[in-house]
Parts: sequence; structure tokens; C-alpha cells
Amino acid sequence: MILSVNGLKFKYPGRRVFQDIDFSVEKGDCLAILGTNGVGKSTLLKCINRILKPQSGAVYIQEDEIFKLSRNELAQKVGYVAQKHESARLTVFDAVLLGRKPYIKWDASPKDMEITRRTLKLLDLEDYSLRYLDELSGGELQKVVIARALAQEPNILLLDEPTSNLDLKNQVEVIDIIKKVVKSQQIAAIVTMHDINLAIRFADKFIFLKNGTIFEAGGVEIITPENIESVYSIRVAVEKFNNIPVVLPI
Amino acid sequence: MKQEVSAIANSHLTALYQQYTGRKKFVILLLALMTAALSVIAINAGSMDVSPYQVFMTLLGRGSGIFDVVIWNIRLPRVLAGIIAGSGLSAAGCVMQNNLRNPLASPSTLGISNAAAFGANIAIIVFGAGSIQSSSADAVIINNPYAVTASAFMWAMVGTLIIILLARLRGFSPEAMVLAGVAIGSLFSAATILIQYFAQDVQVAAVVFWTFGDLGRASWKEVAIMAFLVILSIAYFMFKRWDYNALDTGEESARGLGVNVARVRLEGMFISSLITAVSVSFLGIIGFVGLVGPQIIRRIIGSDHRFLIPGSALMGALLLLSSDTLARTVIAPVVLPVGAITSFLGAPLFLYLLARGYQKR
Repeated sequence: MILSVNGLKFKYPGRRVFQDIDFSVEKGDCLAILGTNGVGKSTLLKCINRILKPQSGAVYIQEDEIFKLSRNELAQKVGYVAQKHESARLTVFDAVLLGRKPYIKWDASPKDMEITRRTLKLLDLEDYSLRYLDELSGGELQKVVIARALAQEPNILLLDEPTSNLDLKNQVEVIDIIKKVVKSQQIAAIVTMHDINLAIRFADKFIFLKNGTIFEAGGVEIITPENIESVYSIRVAVEKFNNIPVVLPI
Repeated sequence: MKQEVSAIANSHLTALYQQYTGRKKFVILLLALMTAALSVIAINAGSMDVSPYQVFMTLLGRGSGIFDVVIWNIRLPRVLAGIIAGSGLSAAGCVMQNNLRNPLASPSTLGISNAAAFGANIAIIVFGAGSIQSSSADAVIINNPYAVTASAFMWAMVGTLIIILLARLRGFSPEAMVLAGVAIGSLFSAATILIQYFAQDVQVAAVVFWTFGDLGRASWKEVAIMAFLVILSIAYFMFKRWDYNALDTGEESARGLGVNVARVRLEGMFISSLITAVSVSFLGIIGFVGLVGPQIIRRIIGSDHRFLIPGSALMGALLLLSSDTLARTVIAPVVLPVGAITSFLGAPLFLYLLARGYQKR
């Protein structure tokens, strides 16, 4: 087991977000967290990365309880891609090199530079490497942020809507790359997504969040019209195309 | 074959990247050389003619009588004060703009200068540390400068601590810090006005004179204290340069990259305030360098703090030193307040760069 979340509870002052969240993730798992807007998907990711502090419950990464790790140690284990990105007057190369920050003592080592180069290549960003972030399109910036998280060489990737700014081609390419990295390096990825069909392509485990708790969790078999109607309040048909389920609103 | 191609691609990217960082290093080197050259000009400039050769010989310890006195006791401390205060204020401004996520942030944003001015007012007006003298070129003298400096510094630190305590309530969010700074700044300004309202004319004159920044107030002792503090602070800022780069990509991303955001902000604000407090207490208010120094250099070399911090420091040194040299020479022997000249020099340069936009690479 690479990640275990036990009895997690989080509330903002006066508003409960979620409680009794229990799940675990194995090496090589891609987990998609699904649910309506405002159900707490992003908040859950932030609690796993200690950006927010849950009121109760525990998160273990391998053997370590996250609150016993320093921020830097945590950043070596967890790569996080936020939903919103801010562009700065930094080049793409420097932005991806920042992913090595948890490992850098005083200055970037040749190894850090090599990993940065490799990650740029992996995401096909080499041609952009000396462009400034504030000159990139939304989709290009999103790829840079994903590259930065991969350069952290984490055990767990937390991706909050990683494909929201990407065109169809880039959506498919990026999630295929992430999936490949997860499988080949035996790490794990937890992703929030609105596009259920894209989630099906990406993930092998799913969690539906509803009313601040886990409504259903499991493999692709839980992607049923009944579950989706219960969670999203919309009627859908789930058809098979090349043996892959496809969700169609009706 | 494929490996060979990718090796070539890799080395090509490395070469490009090295070229790109090399250009930034070159700009920094150029600024350092310009500061050094300007230092020699600044030592030359003044009511007594000294040639660059004499300056050089004096600095090597081979100067003669009068040059020794003028250069070692008057001009060199002044030039060094300009370099040190300029670089300190500008580096502090650079860190504040990053920490507060606000391009308008500068050492005066948090109201530290107002608090220091209030301290000087208290010392001069309430405790009678200022008086008037009509015979010399400077009509006003401050007869107990140490008391004024100590009081200014003390109140600047009181202001800093109040802001930090207020900001702490809101988890050191940039908004909380800026708003607390503006509020504290106005509070101290209002208190200063009230004190001046009840003061005698000569006291007000003394305190207004104090407020004009003046590098000539620094003796070797002040220069040494400022140098110690500014060098340590810039070393600390450089140590945190990756954290500042991470903060530029957003607060949550920075946390995800292992940055303890609240602590980085608290320390950054405290050290920047300390630089401001010391510089205002010793030299009076020198505005604009801290705001415009980092902004000018950001437009030339970008926001990578590995280069931006040393670049800002050198830009600040260059701005303040050139302003002071101009202030001393433009209508010599009258020495104009350097704070005003800084804005006169800095504002057009800044506006030009603003209109031109960012340099492409």
C-alpha cells in the first residue's frame, strides 16, 4: 500500500465539507475522484498534501504519517498540480526545474538538470523550454505544471483537474503519459475530473463523492447509470465501445 | 541512432540554457562594473578636485594629507553608504514584491518609514534632540543624532512587530500584511502630524530636515553596521531564492513544492523591515529605490530570484549612488535631498521600461 486515508474529516468554519473518508491506493494505481462541483474533491487532495489541515483522521504515505514529515520530505513524496495556475516571469525550463526544489540544497545539481530535461522531453515541451510562462497558452501552462510535478519524482501524484485547459489531443496525450509514468515507475496518481469518459480512460479505480462522504468506490464496474444518476442527478446511458464503457447523457 | 539524436538534443538544450543564464550573469556583471566605475566618479565629485589617480592611490594607502582626510573620512563612507543602503533597500523591495505578491510593494509599503519618522519626531520634538544653527550652509542641525537614530529605529521595529502580530491573526496572507501596513503607516503619520502641530518652528524644521534622506550622515560606524546587516540579509534572501521562485507560481503550488509559506513570509518581511528600519534611522527616508530597483531589473532579466536578487541589489546601489552624485554636483555646493533625486532619476527610467514592456529573453 502506497497511500492510506483513514477517517478523514474536514470542515470550513460553519460548513462541513466531508467526513469518514477512508480509502487506500496501491502502487501503480490511477484513482479518479468524481462528484459534483463543491463536493470537496479539491479539498480532499489538499488534505492529502497537507495544504489544508483536516479536523480529524490520518493520511499515511507508505509508512509515514504526513503530519510527522517536514514540508520538504512531503514534497519529495507527493507531487501536486493545483486547479489554478499562476504564470510568472520564469521560463518553462526554470519552472520545471522548480520541481526539483525539494531536493536542491543550494544550487541545482547536474542530476536535477538532467531530470528537468527528461521531463520536458516527456511532455514534448522542449521547444518551449526558454519561453516565459506568461507568454504561454492555458494548455501549455497546464502541461508545464504537470511536468513540474513529475520532476518532483514523487511516490504519489495529486492532480486537480489536470486536463481542464487542454484540447482533445493534449487531454489524451497528457493522461496517457501520466498513466505510463504511474505504471512504469510504480507510483500512484489521484486525479479529480469532471469528464467521466476521460476518467474511465485514465483510471482503474474510482471514488464517487456525494454529500460529504464516499458514495461508492471500486473499479470500472461502479460506473453505472444508477450511480451516476444518484451522484450527478442526471440520467445517462453507459454503452460499451470496444469493450470500454462510454457515458452518454440522455 | 535514436540515443545519439536525443544526446544531441540534450546537449543543444543545455547549451541554450547556459547561454540564457549566461546573459543574466552578464547583466549582473555589467551592473557590478558600472557600480564600481560610478563609485570612482562619486569619490571624485565634490567641492575639492580629486583625480581618479589620486583616488586610486589614496585607496591603496599612498595618498597625501588632505586627500586622505577628504576621501577616507567624507567621500568613501558616503559612497559606501549609498551602495549598501541602495542594495539593501532594493533587495528588500524585491523580496517584499514577491512575498506580498504585489508589484507596488516596497520597503515603505509596510509603513516602516512612517514609524521611523514618528520616532525621529518624538526624539527631536518631545525630547529636544534637535535645534537650529544659523551660521553654516545647513541651517538646521540635530544636536543629538544618536538619540534620533535610536528612537527612529525603535519605533520602526515597534511598527514591524505590530504588523507581524496583526498579520499573524490572518495566517500571514499578503492582503492582511499590506492592509495592516497601510493602516499602521497612516496611524504613525497622523501621530507625527499631531506632534508637529504642537511643536516650535525650529523643531519642525529640524525634523523635516531629518526626514530628507542624506547619505552624508553616515560615518564609518554606521556604514559598518549597515554593511553587516545588508550582507547577512542578502545572503539569507539568496538562500531562500528557490522558495521565492516557488511562491511566484502560487501559494498552493509553493506548499506542494515544500515551501513553508507562512514562515518564509514572516522571515522575509521581518528582515526587509529591519533593513528599512536601519537605513531610515541612519540616513532618513529614501523612497522609490526599493520599489523601482527590482522592477527595472525584472524587466531586463525576468523574475528568477537566482538572478533577480543580486540584480536588484546592484540596481539599487547604482540608482542611489548616481542620485547622490547628482544631488551633490548639480547645483554644488548645495546638496539636494537624495530621496527626491532618486525619484527624478528612477521614475523616467522606470516609465520608459514600462512603456517598452518586458525584454523578450
